[in-house]
Amino acid sequence: MDRETLVKMVGITKIFPNVVANDSVNFELKRGEIHGLLGENGAGKTTLMNILYGIYKPDKGEIYIEGKPVNIKSPKDAIGLGIGMVPQFPELVENMTVAENLAPLFPEKILGKKRINEIHRIAEEYGLPIDAEAMIYDLSLGEKQRIEILKALIRGAKILILDEPTTVLTPNEVSLLFKAIRKMRGEGKGIIFVSHKLPEVLELTDRVTVLRKGRVVATLNTKETNEDELVKLMVGRAVLRRYVKEKIVPGEEVLRVENLHVFNDKGGLAVKGLSFSVRKGEVFGIAGVSGNGQKELIEAITGLRRVEKGRIVIGGRELTSPIQFRRIASHIPDDRVGMGVLPSLSVLENLALTSYKRFSKFGFLKFNELEQYANGLVDKYNIIMPSLRAPAWQLSGGNLARLILARETSAECSLIVAVHPTFGLDVASTEETWKLLLELRRKAGVLLVSEDLEEILQLSDRIGVMYKGELIDVLDSEEADAEKIGLMMGGVKVD
Amino acid sequence: MIRIEERMEQSLIVKIVTKIVAILLALGISAVIFMSYGINPIYAFSTMFSKSLTPYGLSEVVTKFIPLELCGVGLIVAFKSGMWNIGAEGQLLIGAIMATWAALFLDIPDFTRLPLILVLSALGGIIWALIPAFLKAKLEINEVIVTLMMNYIASSLVNYLVYGPWKGSKEWGFPYTDKFPESAWLPIIPGTRIHWPTLLMASVAAFTVFFIMFKTTLGFEMRVCGQSRRVAEYSGMNYMKALMVSMAISGALAGLAGAGEVCGIHRRLRYASAISSGYGYSGIIVAWLSGLHPIASILSALFIAFLLAGGDILQVSLGLSAGIVNVFNGAILLSLLISEFFGRYRFRWK
Repeated sequence: MDRETLVKMVGITKIFPNVVANDSVNFELKRGEIHGLLGENGAGKTTLMNILYGIYKPDKGEIYIEGKPVNIKSPKDAIGLGIGMVPQFPELVENMTVAENLAPLFPEKILGKKRINEIHRIAEEYGLPIDAEAMIYDLSLGEKQRIEILKALIRGAKILILDEPTTVLTPNEVSLLFKAIRKMRGEGKGIIFVSHKLPEVLELTDRVTVLRKGRVVATLNTKETNEDELVKLMVGRAVLRRYVKEKIVPGEEVLRVENLHVFNDKGGLAVKGLSFSVRKGEVFGIAGVSGNGQKELIEAITGLRRVEKGRIVIGGRELTSPIQFRRIASHIPDDRVGMGVLPSLSVLENLALTSYKRFSKFGFLKFNELEQYANGLVDKYNIIMPSLRAPAWQLSGGNLARLILARETSAECSLIVAVHPTFGLDVASTEETWKLLLELRRKAGVLLVSEDLEEILQLSDRIGVMYKGELIDVLDSEEADAEKIGLMMGGVKVD
Repeated sequence: MIRIEERMEQSLIVKIVTKIVAILLALGISAVIFMSYGINPIYAFSTMFSKSLTPYGLSEVVTKFIPLELCGVGLIVAFKSGMWNIGAEGQLLIGAIMATWAALFLDIPDFTRLPLILVLSALGGIIWALIPAFLKAKLEINEVIVTLMMNYIASSLVNYLVYGPWKGSKEWGFPYTDKFPESAWLPIIPGTRIHWPTLLMASVAAFTVFFIMFKTTLGFEMRVCGQSRRVAEYSGMNYMKALMVSMAISGALAGLAGAGEVCGIHRRLRYASAISSGYGYSGIIVAWLSGLHPIASILSALFIAFLLAGGDILQVSLGLSAGIVNVFNGAILLSLLISEFFGRYRFRWK
């Protein structure tokens, strides 16, 4: 038996209605290896990993774990085989603490303080600090992801699947994560690193497998390849990676935030006296590690959270409700499934969610016009779906993102609030989204909140860095670079 | 080991087969109960069926269909909007009180009395339904508890009125109000107890509700609010308005059902359990059996009405106590609810 090959997947084929998600895919993971899995949205990465984790059953193909053929029927089987999955969207009980979420993983006699200490010990060991007594809903996506990693580690997984783990991390957090991953490799674990981010894949992995349209196009030794080759393999063509931003003279002010104070759910002050403004014709980027008040700031600006002190002026009028916000502004939320769409409603209804009032006559919805409009959006934004009547949960993550983008950018509005708009998107979709947001500056002001430094630097005309509820500084894009912003995200004021 | 898996989609055959199996299961349970009382179950069932299919039996089914459909279709609106309204019973009783007030104590021209009764009873139901909606939207108070408690209040209020201030002067101390004047009687189909204006309203309501929920902006808002308050507010919808409107519709229909019972059948107010034999609660089952589909609710209301009427027949023909009849009805409903589970999941031996 080949004990050195932790995972061997042979000829995996998975067919969904109308889509071949995986087509005779071969994949191999060795002991002490970090194996990158690259591919665009819909290339079949997530499907392949879900098969390995027992969520889907392959239509064809065999899986060997440490040389033994296995039949993985459920995540429970996968966990039993030592497979751990860190999902792209953390799956945690929101109204419980970190320790409570992790409790089922510990033997019954490890309780209370002991359990908390144990969590802190393991977290420290891998250099992934976490407050075990914090409530999940108060944590940022990045912190939640960390808990998912801890989950796998506590279970003693020897095969770890990380699905887009760096999307929501700062450079500093990324390097911490990489350190932890390398430590795991040193312990003989195998790590599958699913990502779109080429520099990270090149930096971290030992080998890389590239998927395109459900097929493996190549498995390469990372040392022997480079960014250009990987992009071509992934997309099938070379893509432009730098923008020359057109200068637009900013117009009137569309959003003004004055001395804003907002509480978080715990009743603590999350936004402490913030002031800034966004004008038509510019992208105002807010950089910062999540959990520094961005969530509360955005909820306040969109009318979803109470303003304690200070004021928010949108289009010249003081904001009083989300209904008023909607009249002149649109919002691309980061929480796509929990806020941006209703999974049980149809694609058509989801496309109408924020613009249905335009299709109303005497209180009736004009379905014919709505359908035409929706078909137009589907074509223009290349949303892949079974039909307009299909429920939205049948769409893949990338298509949901495109659906929200289509809806929110097609409305006539003077302010667009975009939060992590390219979170979890592949290179091509990210590019499209960026181009679109830059294009939208012509008729509106854009408030961009992102933890992705590249995104902030590529798009923003001005950049504000948020730290502990305050704006550390506001920079013009000419004077900003990744290093400066990175430092400021850590709370260091740079002159 | 048995594994329970969710079915990817429910085919129509699965839906129908599970419902049939459920009814057979319920008949089996009931058969055992009948036998324990020394009654031949086949005789009992055949009596129930054959007597229900007589003109009198059918008219009784339709009579019970009216309040069931009015409550049930109203509840569909509330449930689809995320209001777990358990209070149709109370809203019905308040509707009955308002109808009685307009029938006995308002000095108005005769020809205006019936229209006013209908308007006031709907209004009574609306007010009773808006209180929990407001408490939920503004203060996040659980509507299940509020609506349930308000049923007891409404029921006690009816009993207080008929035993107290509204007790009829010509009723020899019975807990009734005086008989309504003829101007307050709902017209009936001769030879039956079917008050046809309300029957018409119930049927129209089913189609109107379907229209509102699936074809109008308001219905769209209510369905989104029912799925997620967060998404609704994100989308710029008025959550409170949607909730209030849905409960107003629900309450109005239940209130009308109350007017139908007092002006169509009893023609006086009696104690609460005589006015409504739990139509507001059975309406919940009507709504769920239909899969929250307004038009399908016509079928589920007819089915529940058949069960209730069949129960009455068993009581009369076989001398069974009301309790046994309730057990029989309960067995059928329970089996149907369990069948929902089997429709949604499948079992696999491992």
